[in-house]
Amino acid sequence: MTTVTVKPATLAQALTRAMRDAMADDPAVHVLGEDVGTLGGVFRVTDGLAKEFGQDRCTDTPLAEAGILGTAVGMAMYGLRPVVEMQFDAFAYPAFEQLVSHVSRMRNRTRGRMPLPITVRIPYGGGIGGVEHHSDSSEAYYMATPGLHVVTPATVADAYGLLRRSIASDDPVVFLEPKRLYWSKDAWNPEQPTEVAPLGRAVVRRPGTSATLITYGPSLPVCLEAAEAARAEGWDLEVVDLRSLVPFDDETVCAAVRRTGRAVVVHESTGFGGPGGEIAARITERCFHHLEAPVLRVAGFDIPYPPPMLERHHLPGVDRILDAVARLQWEAGS
Amino acid sequence: MTVLEQRGAYRPSPPPAWQPRTDPAPLLPDAEPYRVLGTESAAGTDPGLLLRLYAQLVRGRRYNTQATALTKQGRLAVYPSSTGQEACQIGAALALEERDWLFPSYRDTLAVIARGVDPVEALTLLRGDWHSGYDPCAHRVAPLSTPLATQLPHAVGLAHAARLKGDDVVALAMVGDGGTSEGDFHEALNFAAVWQAPVVFLVQNNGFAISVPLAKQTAAPSLAHKAVGYGMPGRLVDGNDAAAVHQVLGEAVRHARAGGGPTLVEAVTYRLDAHTNADDATRYREDAEVAAWRAHDPVELLERELTARGLLDEAGIEAARKDAETMAASLRERMNRDPEPDPMALFDHVYAENTAQLREQRALLRAELEAEREPSGGPGEEPGAREGGAR
Repeated sequence: MTTVTVKPATLAQALTRAMRDAMADDPAVHVLGEDVGTLGGVFRVTDGLAKEFGQDRCTDTPLAEAGILGTAVGMAMYGLRPVVEMQFDAFAYPAFEQLVSHVSRMRNRTRGRMPLPITVRIPYGGGIGGVEHHSDSSEAYYMATPGLHVVTPATVADAYGLLRRSIASDDPVVFLEPKRLYWSKDAWNPEQPTEVAPLGRAVVRRPGTSATLITYGPSLPVCLEAAEAARAEGWDLEVVDLRSLVPFDDETVCAAVRRTGRAVVVHESTGFGGPGGEIAARITERCFHHLEAPVLRVAGFDIPYPPPMLERHHLPGVDRILDAVARLQWEAGS
Repeated sequence: MTVLEQRGAYRPSPPPAWQPRTDPAPLLPDAEPYRVLGTESAAGTDPGLLLRLYAQLVRGRRYNTQATALTKQGRLAVYPSSTGQEACQIGAALALEERDWLFPSYRDTLAVIARGVDPVEALTLLRGDWHSGYDPCAHRVAPLSTPLATQLPHAVGLAHAARLKGDDVVALAMVGDGGTSEGDFHEALNFAAVWQAPVVFLVQNNGFAISVPLAKQTAAPSLAHKAVGYGMPGRLVDGNDAAAVHQVLGEAVRHARAGGGPTLVEAVTYRLDAHTNADDATRYREDAEVAAWRAHDPVELLERELTARGLLDEAGIEAARKDAETMAASLRERMNRDPEPDPMALFDHVYAENTAQLREQRALLRAELEAEREPSGGPGEEPGAREGGAR
């Protein structure tokens, strides 16, 4: 057995490596966005790409999100594979029309003659003390748009694997990067990146028997921490990482819920109209007779993302998750 | 002292780094729309080109009347006529080479068919059997864009990509006067100029954005003037003069192909019909204004030039009309056949590979269609009797 050098790498470094490898493998892959070239991105996720591949392959664009995504559409129409960076979650909103009116439906409109292999990278979510418009969780908007894949990694290995898969996809992918996990490290061998399942496969991160926590992206470490803490209460929690919101992996989620009979969906995004409502409904429709309690949601409050000094009160934390788990000892009629 | 006087009094010296990036003077459009027909420069125009333009203009006029008639017969949900704008659309489209790309707006069906798209397929969106009828790659024509100006950045991206690949392809992006107020118009022009992308932007200024006149749309001296702020040349042309449009667009296309970057062309024209068949244009414009523009009709302008120069006679006019009539008859006949869109196609082109959820929904629709085909035998219900039944 050969020993491979496994050293700590950050999630951001894995993303950079994914783009670098994709660009090296396929000359059609182009990275574009505000500050992605010379600076290497404000989070340095595109660091070194312009130096290695030139500004024609990793392009500093004018500051205009609709223009960035709109020109990426034309580039994809001519056979390129653009990887677009939207600097922060809320900065992507000016590009929303391009995303919804064109990117998501060009394949459909042209009966499959003009697929658009565009990856839209969006750093999202809170927890880093960002000022207003720098911490939104906008996944529900993208989930509600047919034609888009919505992918969000939570581990270093997934950051690499899922971004490679997204760039290779012949369909547009909204790739949501949990910005508060950019600097989280994991033992990872960048020379032999782990193969990951195709887009649309959830994974059980922690097996358990008492209840299932269903989560993704920035909330995964919180859920794992909650699961550890719950052991003291006698709860053996299972944690499912969705990895992909569209397509949704009903199979893995339902198998997990059927095993435990109890489920809590955890995410930062608002609860009302948020992803948790959809997930809870899907579980209820498919696993009703296996459920011992209603499917609960632990989500961000239904408020505009709060100012940084208050965000810890808004973000779902371990205690709020454990409270929900306690409520799962539900009795009919109570 | 008034505020304006105060502003006038404040004269700071420029900061150390300031210098104008570009001399704006060569970028400025002419004071008057450029014209060819009826002027001395007409003599230098290729007679063969003028006759080709004329044949297409006559066909375009007939296409508009036929498509409008089809709305009255319920064959088209809606039709935005381009009667009066034939010269801009055809003069521009014919300035492109085969390898070039056209990015049309929803009113630009004449430019689309001038690129060789089947006249029926150019109406698929408006008939409603699918969103785009033609293969964009086969004719190098992007789908007709309904949201305003959103197709302009696509043209920039495509032209930029072509240049990165070493292809001398030019993209022509068409937009109306109303579309110039959209953010995507601004972003597309800015990207194109910064990247020096081989794109030509054609604004067909037909006077109105549905009911809103140009004066309420912009405070700029002309729409062509907008080019200067982006650092590209602006050209102003008589949009009803097919020879002038073709010449100005041809120059802009050659300029772009040679690496000179983008140009913004404003074609001054007029929409003789209403916005669509659903619009009442008498609410927002005077008959006298329409009459003045009718006297400047693009088809007649070219016809007069050609007959005056002895290039066209009654027999030639008759031949062009007969050709247009043949096209209209074919269009009418084919549009009067009932389209039979396959409901199962609803799931065929959402993703390269259907998700599990779409596979389930597809099975549901198939079951519903089968139930329609084989009714349970309830009294009075016959197979296929229900509206929209699948075959």
